[in-house]
Amino acid sequence: MFAMINDFLSYDFLQKALLVGGLVSLCAALLGVSLVLKRYSMIGDGLSHVGFGALSVAMALNLAPLQVSVPVVVVAAFLLLKISENGKIKGDAAIALISSSSIAIGVIATSLKNGMNMDVMSYMFGSALAITDKDAIISIILSIAVLIVFILFYNRLFAVTFDENFSKASGTNVKAFNMMIAFLTAITIVIGMRIMGTMLISSLIIFPALSSMRIFKNFRSVIISSAIISVLCFFVGILASFVYEVPAGASVVVANLVVFLIFSMIGFIRKK
Amino acid sequence: MALLTCKNLCVNYDNFHAVSDINFSIEKGDYVFVVGENGSGKSTLIKTIAGLLKPKSGEIIFGDDTTNKIGYLPQQTVIQRDFPASVYEVVLSGCLNSKGIIPFYTKKDKKRADENIAKLGIKHLKHKCYRELSGGQQQRVLLARALCATKDLLILDEPVAGLDPIVTAEMYKIIKKLNEENNITIIMVSHDIDSAVNNANKVLHMDNSLLFFGTSDEYKESEVGKKFLGGKHNVCDDK
Repeated sequence: MFAMINDFLSYDFLQKALLVGGLVSLCAALLGVSLVLKRYSMIGDGLSHVGFGALSVAMALNLAPLQVSVPVVVVAAFLLLKISENGKIKGDAAIALISSSSIAIGVIATSLKNGMNMDVMSYMFGSALAITDKDAIISIILSIAVLIVFILFYNRLFAVTFDENFSKASGTNVKAFNMMIAFLTAITIVIGMRIMGTMLISSLIIFPALSSMRIFKNFRSVIISSAIISVLCFFVGILASFVYEVPAGASVVVANLVVFLIFSMIGFIRKK
Repeated sequence: MALLTCKNLCVNYDNFHAVSDINFSIEKGDYVFVVGENGSGKSTLIKTIAGLLKPKSGEIIFGDDTTNKIGYLPQQTVIQRDFPASVYEVVLSGCLNSKGIIPFYTKKDKKRADENIAKLGIKHLKHKCYRELSGGQQQRVLLARALCATKDLLILDEPVAGLDPIVTAEMYKIIKKLNEENNITIIMVSHDIDSAVNNANKVLHMDNSLLFFGTSDEYKESEVGKKFLGGKHNVCDDK
């Protein structure tokens, strides 16, 4: 077992994937608790599709992938947030429109450039090999920034998530906080989707929070438990993908699914 | 100077003139009941005072520096029904508005939260999960949080909605006590007109515009009051 892990860690690309992926999992889990509680889970899903579109167009035009997709996804995040807040347009329908349009644009951009190829597959379902050194450094800096902002605003994020109206009445700029959550989510999704893939990245946000809420009953323990579940599942998933030669993103999602089922069962038994 | 003054206040809600041309002022220590039928603009008025809605025209002027020091007790939201939070976490979050840019709670904040938890008699629930409490207990928690946010003005949006008569009576007692002993100004929306004339010293009757504003005793004698109270006001007079 140890020999295997040792063998596993000797690959340079895996070390990179573990470091970037571990940090992204942590960010995703922390933000995920707020997103799930605010009923914003679908925004995360929508953003990953926009990320796919932006990434594909950037690659087709030979532009730097992260530098293009981060701002595009951030703008999309603000847009989706506005749509969700504005009751007149149905948020879920708008997200579905934006998601499929982004995928369509991304696929066309890629196939015009060099035909449908492995790249599209790797964006869709992720690849631990996809990260260059430069991307790894940008990703690490961004995720540490997300973590610092989250810790500094932890108490306020709790207040705004629990009760927007109360926070607003007592003088908090609720809109700015919602935008901050959307902004941090956008960054996390763009970084994470290279490894996890467009189709699977939103599970990184949703699963740990949902699992933790089966068992824990105060905000802080839910946050801590989500962080631990997320990072553990990521490592287990990557290890499994290495051992059984299956895709990394999918393995991480299955690891999260197993934890979710176990936690649901414990929660169910406790209630009885 | 009055604690707050509404001047020619007009507010739209979903492009509809929910509240128009309202003028009144509330003094420190007042206990004001806002009454009126459904859709009469009670909640719109109170939300505007709390800063959740923007006036279309007119203004609300706060005396001293009451802005940002409003303790608001909103109607419950769907989100809170399955929110994992302890009573202590919820109450403590009321302290945030006085903290400026400081990100973490200090000992002083924690002490204040503890005091308000004790004041509302929910010490034994401190580490319980908020969503598992009864309706009356949840309202006490939210009231404790509002007290952490203010020493001057509480705005309560239907605090007794959905509570049983015994718990409702307890809530009124607590609110009355806060008003009398701590000299906190109370503005409360309620359908419960009998409790209004018995508890509050002022009544504000809305029907999109202001139908009546004055003391409870004046209200009982007024045309509006008599009509709204029906035959019941005799019962109140007996007390």
